[in-house]
Amino acid sequence: MSQRPPIAIIHIAFAFVVAGITGAIVVAIIRLPSEAIGLSAAAIANLDAAGAKNPVTAVLLNFRGYDTLLEILVLLLAAIGARVLTASDASFVVEPARSANPVLLGFIRILAPVMIMVAGYLLWVGGHAPGGAFQAAAVLAALGVLLKLGGVSWTRKLSQRGERLLLVAGLAVFLVVATAVMLSQRRFLEYPPSVAKTLILVIESAATVSIAAILLALFSSGTLRETQSERSHSKINSSEIPNNKMPNHKTPRDEAAQ
Amino acid sequence: MNSLLWILDITLCGSLLWLAWQTLATSDLFKAIVLFIVLGLVMALAWARLDAPDIALAEAAIGAGLTGALLLSTLTAITKRTGPRTPPETMDADT
Repeated sequence: MSQRPPIAIIHIAFAFVVAGITGAIVVAIIRLPSEAIGLSAAAIANLDAAGAKNPVTAVLLNFRGYDTLLEILVLLLAAIGARVLTASDASFVVEPARSANPVLLGFIRILAPVMIMVAGYLLWVGGHAPGGAFQAAAVLAALGVLLKLGGVSWTRKLSQRGERLLLVAGLAVFLVVATAVMLSQRRFLEYPPSVAKTLILVIESAATVSIAAILLALFSSGTLRETQSERSHSKINSSEIPNNKMPNHKTPRDEAAQ
Repeated sequence: MNSLLWILDITLCGSLLWLAWQTLATSDLFKAIVLFIVLGLVMALAWARLDAPDIALAEAAIGAGLTGALLLSTLTAITKRTGPRTPPETMDADT
């Protein structure tokens, strides 16, 4: 075929555009200054007043605490949005697994205490080494996902109000600390250096619990609420197609009747 | 030792690009999610090689673990609603 379809020309043009953009990015990376321009030197110079020996934690919780506050707010909004769309009102309620897999249950028994310890360690070590609230929360949330998959009920006593408290605790504590320092004639989120370490630890602990709860709530919002039309539609489908693999399966009795 | 590190770095870069391409190109959604999780883990290794342990931790825990679980649960929800996207008798179509 000598005549090319026009779609191929579009493809070739697209390839040229992509190649051009890639080339531009490569050139930009090569031309970057070798010495990074930034505030890292200033951040490290002021570590003594930050209440955290780990520069990353100092920046996230002290120098740029406002960003972290808004990040937690964004996560909370995402969880609320997911909750609005879900079928159930309580997302932490665990339905008993249809087939409690013994391997999974044994795995959870061994892993659960270890994961809780790792989360606590990550939270504590965040002050002076890599780690912190988000990483610890991710480990806790992964534990929650495992428990949910195994059908392990651990929230039987947790009311809906308690669940909502869990979700907002991190943001609430952060805001309370941020406004409390204003009472001592300081700016919003400006911690006094003498108690900065304690305040950061309090905020991070609350944030860990909340972020884990939010991530778990997002995971639990897997099933969307069915609209009225979909519900009737699925009913028709389920009545038309029985559970066996052959839709037009006829029992011998049917044939005898005919 | 230095040349070994070079080989490791080149392998990491190559795998990242190849995994990203495969993740987008495959027609099987489940396969795409598994590839995405693998991409997250290789990305965590790359961050660790770039001396950014904080980001490596976050990437491994959130990028690979939780996002993967979320995507899998979403796929289950979609499959429940609309039936499987790809019929089970399709051959691998990753060319």
